[in-house]
Amino acid sequence: MPLSSRSALPGFHLALGYTLVYLSLIVLIPLAGVFFKAAELSLAEIWAILSSERVLGALKLSFGTALIAAALNAVFGTLVAWVLVRYDFPGKRLFDAMIDLPFALPTAVAGISLTALYAGNGWIGQWLEPLGIKIAFTPVGIIIALLFIGLPFVVRTVEPVLRDTEKELEEASASLGANRWQTIRLVLFPSLLPSLLTGFALAFARGVGEYGSVIFIAGNLPYVSEIAPLLIVIRLEEFDYAGATVVAAAMLVIAFVMLLVINGLQAWSNRHKVRNQSLALPVQGGKP
Amino acid sequence: MDITLSTIDKQFGQFKALDNIDLHIESGELIALLGPSGSGKTTLLRIIAGLEFADGGAVYFGGEDVAATPLRKRQIGFVFQHYALFKHMTVRDNVSFGLRVRKGETRPDKASIRRRADELLDLVQLSGLGDRYPHQLSGGQRQRVALARALAIEPKVLLLDEPFGALDAKVRKELRQWLRELHQKTGVTTLFVTHDQEEALELADRVVIMSDGKIAQVGSVDDVYERPASPLVFDFLGSTNRISAQVQDGDLVVGGQQVARYNGDQTGSATLYVRPGDLRVAGAGDPGLEVTVLNVQRTGPIVRATVEIPPTGQRLAVEVPHLHHDVKEFVPEQTLRLRLMQFSVFAAEPEFIKDGVSTPHLIGRERLRQVQ
Repeated sequence: MPLSSRSALPGFHLALGYTLVYLSLIVLIPLAGVFFKAAELSLAEIWAILSSERVLGALKLSFGTALIAAALNAVFGTLVAWVLVRYDFPGKRLFDAMIDLPFALPTAVAGISLTALYAGNGWIGQWLEPLGIKIAFTPVGIIIALLFIGLPFVVRTVEPVLRDTEKELEEASASLGANRWQTIRLVLFPSLLPSLLTGFALAFARGVGEYGSVIFIAGNLPYVSEIAPLLIVIRLEEFDYAGATVVAAAMLVIAFVMLLVINGLQAWSNRHKVRNQSLALPVQGGKP
Repeated sequence: MDITLSTIDKQFGQFKALDNIDLHIESGELIALLGPSGSGKTTLLRIIAGLEFADGGAVYFGGEDVAATPLRKRQIGFVFQHYALFKHMTVRDNVSFGLRVRKGETRPDKASIRRRADELLDLVQLSGLGDRYPHQLSGGQRQRVALARALAIEPKVLLLDEPFGALDAKVRKELRQWLRELHQKTGVTTLFVTHDQEEALELADRVVIMSDGKIAQVGSVDDVYERPASPLVFDFLGSTNRISAQVQDGDLVVGGQQVARYNGDQTGSATLYVRPGDLRVAGAGDPGLEVTVLNVQRTGPIVRATVEIPPTGQRLAVEVPHLHHDVKEFVPEQTLRLRLMQFSVFAAEPEFIKDGVSTPHLIGRERLRQVQ
């Protein structure tokens, strides 16, 4: 589009200029700073830092736990949204308000209370420990903290779409002979998919960057339960600024690529081109 | 397949939506459920479909009680007012949905599913649009996709809930004709809900007029239009003039004038119902009602006049086709005699009727009415 095209909406140049300046000041320049700082090191040095077992372990842990937590939240958050939209029950408003608590609570508070619960002598941990299940100070604990943090992202993105989904679609599906499961799989799920991916992406992004709640429950054992953001802080405290920014830059690149992929998936699902569902329903015969 | 409804009751909280409904529908009939909003017509349709459950009474399909048969096993083709198409599927996938969700041996193979979907698209005159998505179609096309989708499961009964309610007048007219033809081709027992009396009269074999959760009258189009059973039915089927009258020795008397012969059941005070289009200028010697013309309005095919009955000052609406020889008689302030070509007489209404003209029903808009 030519920049000088006439439009009925005034203020295009001003708005675009403002947007660019704002984005640069708030997002682009700080991020570029990370790469400039990292570039002080030679490629060999950068490679040495990135390929060290401790850094690799931290990155794997951060992205792995964030992915698992976001995936779990996508499933259970959708269920929560479903219950909130479709059913009326006493205390629903209270329940509804509680969903947003992870947004408002200082994450450290969440981390401390989760640790208290799941530690070997905590309310829940004391019952799990005899069974050989350890949660606090392991990656499982990290996932639990991230589940807590990420839930509202999924619920709040799926909820409005679910609310707008006409009940008639389900009725039409049932009148055509589809059973409940087929209706969910073929009618409801595809219409929820774009918002579900958004919620997933938000929860995932939040999970990767989460610090406060995780460091309390993770135990922070290098190679086992040390997340990348903590590693960055540790490097900073050792005045190893370049080392810290190399890890940061790596996180940035990985996160950016993953979000790009999720965005692409979302655009694809939004074009109503869920081709694989067209005529290729798996045959479910056999079971009565 | 024939359908029998027996003493159907349905209550929503304090509101009695359906009150003791009995109805028998012959196999292959095309039935209109007509009524104002809140009359229970949609609820009745949804109960037949199994989308809603009656509090009392039973629904029989071909003599068999379907209370225990869930919606998805009733083999009902249901068409919604707002189409309810699956937006993420192509038109062809929408149409073939009912076949694709079948299981095991009842499920045709891919090639025949595709062939069947394309046949149905031909039937609804949408050949070649199978690869489009619903949002790429017009409203009328979407509703035809919805119909094709409903027909794909070879329904025993086709139920349509205000199928043309969301479409504009021209498309609605086209689709009406088309639905009539489709019904002749397929012969499926069909019920449709509408609040548009013109649609009901034009399409249906029989019309079921509902009011306040009860059936006000059931009958052929001629039955309900020519012999309305109650003022309510008369009123609902078109514009109406209501006139206070007396029945005296087989004569209908309005303000001292003998306006017509009458051999019905009413005696003494009564209310005369006559449609604006059933008033014509009386010839010499014909019985008639003397009126003064107040104003004349030409509206294309129909000339509308407002006239006044001199002694009472009550106003009537008259409609004459624009080429009719009566038109030239309607000159403001002229006095003339009108002949009542067709009318109904019902019991006297409680208070004196000052303005006897009730508003005509606008097509495509539900009129909320308070019936005492």
